[in-house]
Amino acid sequence: MALLEVQNLQTHFRTPEGINRAVDGVSFHIEEGETLAIVGESGCGKSVTAMSLMRLIPEPPGKIAGSVRFQGRDLLQLSEREMRDIRGNDISMIFQEPMTSLNPVLTVGRQIGETLRMHQGFDKQAAEARALEMLTLVGIPEPARRMREYPHQLSGGMRQRVMIAISLACSPKLLIADEPTTALDVTIQAQILQLMLDLKRRVGAAVILITHDLGVVAEIAERVMVMYAGRKVEEAPVVELFRSPRHPYTQGLLGAVPKLGSSLTGSARRLAEIPGQVPSLKQRIDGCAFAGRCPLATDLCREVAPGLEEKGPRHIAACHYAAKAAAAA
Amino acid sequence: MPVPPGLVIAQQLPDLLLPPKLRRGVLGFLRSNPTVAIGGALLICLALIGIFAPYLGTVDPTALAPAKRLRAPSADFWFGTDLLGRDIYSRVLYGARVSLAVGLSVALLASLAGLAIGLVSGFVRLADSIIMRFMDGLMSIPPILLAVALMALTRGSVGNVIMAITIAEIPRVSRLVRGVVLSLRDQPYVDAATASGTRTPMIILRHILPNTLAPMLVQATYVCASAMIVESILSFIGAGTPPTIPSWGNIMAEGRALWQIKPYIVFFPAAFLSVTVLAVNLLGDGLRDALDPRMAKSL
Repeated sequence: MALLEVQNLQTHFRTPEGINRAVDGVSFHIEEGETLAIVGESGCGKSVTAMSLMRLIPEPPGKIAGSVRFQGRDLLQLSEREMRDIRGNDISMIFQEPMTSLNPVLTVGRQIGETLRMHQGFDKQAAEARALEMLTLVGIPEPARRMREYPHQLSGGMRQRVMIAISLACSPKLLIADEPTTALDVTIQAQILQLMLDLKRRVGAAVILITHDLGVVAEIAERVMVMYAGRKVEEAPVVELFRSPRHPYTQGLLGAVPKLGSSLTGSARRLAEIPGQVPSLKQRIDGCAFAGRCPLATDLCREVAPGLEEKGPRHIAACHYAAKAAAAA
Repeated sequence: MPVPPGLVIAQQLPDLLLPPKLRRGVLGFLRSNPTVAIGGALLICLALIGIFAPYLGTVDPTALAPAKRLRAPSADFWFGTDLLGRDIYSRVLYGARVSLAVGLSVALLASLAGLAIGLVSGFVRLADSIIMRFMDGLMSIPPILLAVALMALTRGSVGNVIMAITIAEIPRVSRLVRGVVLSLRDQPYVDAATASGTRTPMIILRHILPNTLAPMLVQATYVCASAMIVESILSFIGAGTPPTIPSWGNIMAEGRALWQIKPYIVFFPAAFLSVTVLAVNLLGDGLRDALDPRMAKSL
């Protein structure tokens, strides 16, 4: 049985202008210890998917439907109280903004200890000892001194290390990392990713990594799910996806990654991009959501939404012309 | 290591700044925030004057001595005497008790009540619209007028003055707290706390409340200053502290008629009131500058 099995997840928001279908029927699963990346451009529903798994969407104006089975239990059916026991204990989350994700008036050690005292019933001393251990584990120099410091005394990279320490303190089964490195500079990004991978192995947690950075995906994910306009458009093991993307959107994404040394030579002086914009999610989209921007789109695409089909080994994509797209790539 | 020809080793440059002197503890905080130190020191002096009024060469502030009335300031009567021969020096010193008691109690009570109301309306949406409309209504009445009206319902006593001014000040505090709570609720660390399974009461206690304290403290000093002025005004127009208890407001009220011939009767209580309000405002301004949340350690 998979650790997490998401079936037909829908998260809609009621707005004055209409219903926003931020996540519209997404299904996926993740095995124990696996690393799954969810990629897509801004506004495609990646973060909302993550928030929905944790039931952190305010209801109303939001509404979550479908099923999210975690270790066989449907999280969407649990009471708020049962859900609280899961958050931070079995499933934990790292956010994008290390600068503001820590409470400015509490010491770092206190904030790490808090989850332990809450979920694992540690007393003050035990929580402090474990917090110190976690700080050492995430590679913060002089952990004993840093324990007593406040978030503003730490750099961005160190704060994200602290966030990782908090999220892994209770040895969760699943870690959801929502763009954990976006706010950090490149050299720190690599260190943080490496750290996450190391600790994940040690703790034995599965990771859902949400990102728009394909470099990060190639580096640490095992499987990739590509989202577009609130739907899953392609899913494949990472090597397979990079080698033979089947969906034109995935191809566009991969094509838009600048390559070192190629920018100023040849005909491609401009960075590649996908023309057009993500369609508004407030109108129901009948055909393929990507049709308006797709070089291969036909009338069929605009009228009938393509279903997810097996296009290769463990490789599924939602495109009427996946074969043609693969040939063109 | 030999230096290859053509290369020059950069020379050591002197530091631009002297090594910092670490200032720690309360004294360090006061030294780096002189406004707080000055305001605080003045306020402490005034509080000591009020507390130790009986030992500072005063006589009974209510003792009448018609034979010695309207004496100018002299060695016997430092601030002179009033129309009924009471010693103004003694009255002003005892008056400090009323002003400080009213100022501090109102600041404390209005802060506590405002904090509770602000937290509730910042967290409970339904309560918010009801409470805030009520507060808007209260705020549309000038605080002094509201206090006068409330005093008209009861009899004059220091306790009633405190209650009346507190009620008039609550809307300002609760609005401030509500605003801070609303902005704090959207902070990522509050989301992060929710995501790690923290219960709502715990989030309020650990994450929201401590972050509202700094702006609250600053607001409390302004409430304190304003309460002392309102108290004096109430006493001045005869709607506040009863005439049997000397307060700066009623000393001034009694001296008002003689202002042109015996200005000292009004001058001394007015000077004390001004200095006290100045001290509280200095303290407030200093705290506002010092208590950025990032300075929380100094708390």
